[in-house]
Amino acid sequence: MSRPGRTAPRVWWPLIALAALTGFNLLWTDGFARLGLDDGVLRGPVVDVVRNAAPLVIIAVGMALVIATAGVDLSVGSTLAMAGAVVAVLLTGPRWGPVPAIAAGLGAGLGIGLVAGVLVSGIGLQPIVATLVLLACVRGGAQLLTDGRTVSFQDSMVLALASGHIGAIPVPVVVAGAWLVGLVALVRTTALGLFLEAIGDNPVAARLAGVPVARVMMFAYVVAGVGAALAGIIVAADIRAADPTTAGKAIELDAILAVVLGGTALAGGRFSLCGAAVGAVLIKLLDTTVVARGVPAQATLVVKAGVVLVVCVLLSDRFRAALLGGLGRR
Amino acid sequence: MTQAPTLRASGIVKVYPGVKALDEADLVLHGGEVHALMGENGAGKSTLVGIIAGAQRPDAGEIHLDGLPVSPSSPGHARGLGIRAVHQELTLLPHLSVAENLAIGGYPSRAGVIGWRAVRRRAREALAELGLSIDPRRPVGELPIAIRQLVAIAREMQGEARVLILDEPTSSLDRTETERLFEVVRAARDRGVAIVFITHFLDQVYEIADRVTVLRGGRVVGAGRTADLPRLRLISLMLGRDVAERESRLAGRNGESEPAEEASAPVVCARGLRRGRALRGASLEVRRGEVVGLAGLLGSGRTELARAMFGADRPDAGQLAVDGRRRRLTPRRSSRLGIGLCPEDRKSQGLCLGLSVAEGLTLAMRAKRGWWRPLRRGERQEIVGRLTRDLAIRAVDSRAAVGTLSGGNQQKVLLGAWIATNPRVLLLDEPTRGVDIGAKDEILRRVRSMCDHGLGVVFISAELEEIVRACDRVVVMRDRETVGELRSGEIDEHRIMRMIGAERRA
Repeated sequence: MSRPGRTAPRVWWPLIALAALTGFNLLWTDGFARLGLDDGVLRGPVVDVVRNAAPLVIIAVGMALVIATAGVDLSVGSTLAMAGAVVAVLLTGPRWGPVPAIAAGLGAGLGIGLVAGVLVSGIGLQPIVATLVLLACVRGGAQLLTDGRTVSFQDSMVLALASGHIGAIPVPVVVAGAWLVGLVALVRTTALGLFLEAIGDNPVAARLAGVPVARVMMFAYVVAGVGAALAGIIVAADIRAADPTTAGKAIELDAILAVVLGGTALAGGRFSLCGAAVGAVLIKLLDTTVVARGVPAQATLVVKAGVVLVVCVLLSDRFRAALLGGLGRR
Repeated sequence: MTQAPTLRASGIVKVYPGVKALDEADLVLHGGEVHALMGENGAGKSTLVGIIAGAQRPDAGEIHLDGLPVSPSSPGHARGLGIRAVHQELTLLPHLSVAENLAIGGYPSRAGVIGWRAVRRRAREALAELGLSIDPRRPVGELPIAIRQLVAIAREMQGEARVLILDEPTSSLDRTETERLFEVVRAARDRGVAIVFITHFLDQVYEIADRVTVLRGGRVVGAGRTADLPRLRLISLMLGRDVAERESRLAGRNGESEPAEEASAPVVCARGLRRGRALRGASLEVRRGEVVGLAGLLGSGRTELARAMFGADRPDAGQLAVDGRRRRLTPRRSSRLGIGLCPEDRKSQGLCLGLSVAEGLTLAMRAKRGWWRPLRRGERQEIVGRLTRDLAIRAVDSRAAVGTLSGGNQQKVLLGAWIATNPRVLLLDEPTRGVDIGAKDEILRRVRSMCDHGLGVVFISAELEEIVRACDRVVVMRDRETVGELRSGEIDEHRIMRMIGAERRA
C-alpha cells in the first residue's frame, strides 16, 4: 500500500472489535455459525447481518468523505426517505420503468447533495446548520410527495435490489461492496483523497496550496447525497414500499458513529472509507447480537452505547498511551 | 530616577521545546509613564507580557510589584494584583452591553440580586474617568473596533490598576482613532498607572512613549528614555544590525550571480495595489532569475503585498499583471501560472500538519496538475526523495506527520512543496523565521541556486543582513506602501534602515 502508515487512521481497532463480537456470537449465540448454500444462494445469520448492514455501509462511506472535510451531513436519513418516495411514486403514479425511476431517485440524492455543498462551501453555512435545515426540509418534501402515506410498489427489478442475488451473494452486499471499492479507487488513485484530507486538516493552507476547496467539498456532499439515495432505494425495495415518515430516521447518527468507529476523527483530516464500512457492519452486528441474546428491547440502546464507548476509548491515543505506559512500568 | 519602579521583572527566562523565548530579560516600569516594548515577531514581547500578566509561568527570574516579590499564577491572579492586560484579540463579549462588559467579574449585588442601576452607574463612572462618552447600554458588538478597544481599556482600569499592558492596540486603527486611544492612554498614565505599549509603529512610539525596551531573540538589547534614542538606533536595535558593522557585511557579499538583465520583462508586476487599510499603494515587479528583497518593519505591509500578488487577498485597486497580461488572481490561478507563496505563518496558513511529509510535499503539485491526475508511486517516491535530499529535510521517514518535524524542517517542506510545482516566481514570506542557522543557510542557498536556473523570487525578511546577502534588488515598504528601491550596487543595511525609518510625511 502506498498509504502512509504512520499517519493513517487506525482501521485495526474496529476490525478487532468486529472480530471479537463475531467470535462471541459464534461461541454463544445458537445457530449463528449456520452458513450454507440454499438454491445456490448463500444463507445464514452472518449473511443476513451483512445484507442488513448494506444501506448503512453505503451511507457511512459517503459520510466519511464529508467528515474528512471537517463537516457533517445530517440530511442523509431524509435523503434516504426522499429517494424511496421518488422511486415509489414514479413507479406507481406515472408508471415509469424501473431504470428511469431509479435514476430519478439517485438524481434526487445528487440534487440534495449539491444543495448541501453549495450551502456549506459556497455560502459558508456551518455544515451542521445547513444539513439540519435539509434534514427537516427534505423529509417534509418526501411526505408531501406521497401525501404522507406509505406507497407500496411491485416492480420486480427494483425489488431485486433488496432480495435478489448475484451468484450466491445478495444484491445489497454486492452494491455496497461496489460502492465502497469504487470510491476507494476513485479517491485514492486521484488526488481527491489527499485534497479532502488537506482541507479537513487546514482549509487555509489547502486553499493557498491551490486546492480547489469549494469543489472538493461539493464532491463530498454530492457523494453523501447519492449514497443516501442509493441506500434509500434498497431500503424501500426491502419492504416493498416507501415510508416517508419513518424510513431512515436517525440513520445519520448511526452513520456518524460508524465513521468515528472506523477511525476518522470528527475534526476532519485523515479518513478511512474501509474503516467506516467496518464500523457500519459492527453497528449492525451489535443490533443483531443484542436481539439474539434476548436483551430486553428497552435495554438495547444502553448495551449498544456501552460497546461503542469501549471501541471509542480503544481508539483514543491518550488511553492507549496510558495503558501501554502502565504496562511498561511493571 | 527618584521614584521607585512600579514593576520590576528581572532575569526572566522562558524555554519552549527547541526555542529559548526569553533569555534573562529585564523590564522596569514606572508609574505615570508609558513604556514601549519593541521587537520583531518572535522577539519575545508577547511571552514577556504574558508572564507579567500571569498567562504563562517563567522558568526563571522574578517579578517585583511595588517592591514586593510576586509570581502571578493566572490572569485572574495578576488582575487581582493590579496587573491588567488588553490583548490584541479583544476579550469583550459582543452580545452584552458596555455596562455588563465593564462589570464582568464583579457585579454589584444585594442578596444575590444584581443591582443593574449600580452596574450602569459604575460603567458611566469608569468611562467618564477616561473621558469617554459611550452609552453603557449599547451592545459591544455594535461598536466599532476602535471604541471596543477603549471599552476594554476602561474595563481594565477599574479598581486598583497598577500596570496596564496594551498589546498592539493600534494595529487596526486609523489616525484619528489612534489619537483618541492615545488620549485615553494619557488619561490612564496621569492617574499613575504604569503602561506597557506594544506596537510596531515607530511614529507612535515617539509620540506617546516615555521609555523604550527593545527585545531581540528573547534578550533585551536596549532600554532607555525615548528622547535619548534616535530613530535609526532604535531600528538597528530591533533588526539586530549594528550600523557600524555594515561595511564589513557589505564586503562579505560574495560575487554571487549578477542581477538578471534589466531588459527581461517582469513575470509578475504589481502597480499601485491598495486593499483597505492593509495596503495603501504598493508596486513590485519580479523578473526571471532575480531575488527581490522586500524590506520593512512588521506591519509595513510586506506580507499583505505578497498575499495580494499571489491572489490570496483581492486588492481593491491597482493592477496585477502576469507576463504582461492583467489578471485577477486566485491561489489556484496563480499556482497554474507558476507563482507560489510560502506564507509567513506556516503553521496556520502554510502547512497541513496532519499530512505526512510525502503528502505535504506533493500537495501543491497535485493541486496544480488537477485532481484527476494520478501520481504513480514511483514518481511520488522520486519527487519526495529528490526534495528531501536537496533541501536536507530531516524526518524519521516520509510517512511521518509534518507536524512532528522541527520548525526548520517544516519550513523546508513548505518550500519543497512549491519547488515541486516547478514555479517561475516564488513569494517567500519570512522563510527563515524560527529556523535554526543551519537550515537558514540551506534554504537561502537553495533559493539562490534556483534563481540561477531562472526562478524569480520575492524574499521577505525582518533580518536585514539576510536581505543584503541574498537579494539583487531591494524594495522598501513603510506604512503599508512601497517607498523606495535599492539596486544591486546600493544595497546596504544603513540605506535600508534610513528608508524604513524616514519620518512619516505630514
